[in-house]
Amino acid sequence: MVAALTRIFGLRNLELAEDVVQDAFCRAIEVWKVRGIPENPSAWLMTAARNRALDVLRRERTARTFAPEYGRLLQTEWTLANAVHEVFESTELRDDQLRMMFSCCRRELPEAAQIMLVLALVGGFGVREIAAAFVSSHAAVEKRLTRAKRTLKESGALFDIADAADFAKRLPAVQRALYLIFSEGYHGASVRTAVRADLCHEAIRLTHLLAKHPLAASPSTLALLALMYLDAARLPARLDPSGNLTPLYEQDRSRWNGTMIDDGVAWLERSATGSEMSRYHIEAAMAAVHARAPSTEATDWGAIVALYDRLMRLAPSPVVALNRAIAVGQRDGPELGLQAIDAIDRRDRLGEYPFYHAARGELELRRGDDAAAREHFAAAIQAARNPEERRFYASRHSACAKVTLGTRHALK
Amino acid sequence: MAEFLYLYRGGTRGATAEESEQIMQKWMTWFKELTASGNLKDGGQPLEAEGKVVRDKRGTVTDGPFAEAKDLVGGYTLIEAENLGRAAELAQGCPILERQGLVEVRPIMKMDM
Repeated sequence: MVAALTRIFGLRNLELAEDVVQDAFCRAIEVWKVRGIPENPSAWLMTAARNRALDVLRRERTARTFAPEYGRLLQTEWTLANAVHEVFESTELRDDQLRMMFSCCRRELPEAAQIMLVLALVGGFGVREIAAAFVSSHAAVEKRLTRAKRTLKESGALFDIADAADFAKRLPAVQRALYLIFSEGYHGASVRTAVRADLCHEAIRLTHLLAKHPLAASPSTLALLALMYLDAARLPARLDPSGNLTPLYEQDRSRWNGTMIDDGVAWLERSATGSEMSRYHIEAAMAAVHARAPSTEATDWGAIVALYDRLMRLAPSPVVALNRAIAVGQRDGPELGLQAIDAIDRRDRLGEYPFYHAARGELELRRGDDAAAREHFAAAIQAARNPEERRFYASRHSACAKVTLGTRHALK
Repeated sequence: MAEFLYLYRGGTRGATAEESEQIMQKWMTWFKELTASGNLKDGGQPLEAEGKVVRDKRGTVTDGPFAEAKDLVGGYTLIEAENLGRAAELAQGCPILERQGLVEVRPIMKMDM
């Protein structure tokens, strides 16, 4: 709704758009308390926001300049109601969300600020939710958003989604922001489950908007959507009933969402047109290999390693190399897996990454070197970013301790 | 470029909500055309039919204007055009002409001192 209202009010009146939505929500709470929740709450809210927008436009039509493309039409009663109605119609609304998303993903803004803006202005997330999702303080998020909004306003105009050349140029940044929102929900530092699943679902919803738009529905967009479906299918099995993280190889695969896997595979097939091979294609293909495998042992690790090799050529990074090494360990045994880790370029950059230490720990454990494994798990506990991770690595740490004690016992 | 006022006179409302909506849609389309061609200076406003008429400074105020429906001013718009002929030509797109109404096109007088 903020996206639609900004189209009417103009980017310079961003706060006004947010105020109108806020007002509509407050009014909804008041009215619904008395009359109960209406049959179609979102339509009710939309009407409330539209009427409120009309009030504001009538009151301020001489004092402010609104969106230039609607400016004249908003100043006169001949067309005011119609113009506002037009913007609120559903297809327009979809375009407004796209326009806002593209406007948020400006190069001048750091990626973290871009995704916060997308969540706040297109997703309707509050400061508190964003702060929880990114394990940041309320004040820090607020400051960051205020600064980002100022940059956005200073840019003067919303992104023109009708310009095909600009559109294609900006699309990768939008895809990247959606990918990061999804990853934040899936792997991120916060394990407040409700918020994280929300992030994943919002990323999927927004990617669907891209997939429905003729210019945005490129093979890489469809591959990104496939990747999200295939990964999100595993969400129900990621935490066990007591809220502990469960790694892929221990997950109860019967809890994976079969419908989402089917959807993901279908999107992946649709993405395989044309010559474009994006990192989303490769990552979705990996997720599909996992999704089809009945167990860790029965997984086609050869295919996974081959896909990581392609990814390393396309987008090399220490994290990708680490994941490749883990797959090598699954395919060729722990010795070769550890060798692959040792061979990682710029390995020192992984020091703060808990998975790095945990991966070494797992491989050492499988090789039988419990003392080394215990050290690595201790380092993973140090690097853990939240209590769930810490608890998980602690349980792995004590698993090696038990084995060692057991061995000692046997020696006696 | 000179300025002209369109005075809309007469015209009938839509009989149904749907018909009214269609009429408003036509106004919207016409205004968009005028905006795109750079001729719309100020959309102006539609006017209610009833009002008061003030006749002198002693407070003689009567209800009014009570003109014949076909003569009643129903709204105005400020236009920018090369000349009167062009302004009149542009007025031919006005939806009121399909509803028994007319557009009076009047040049804005420049008051030189």
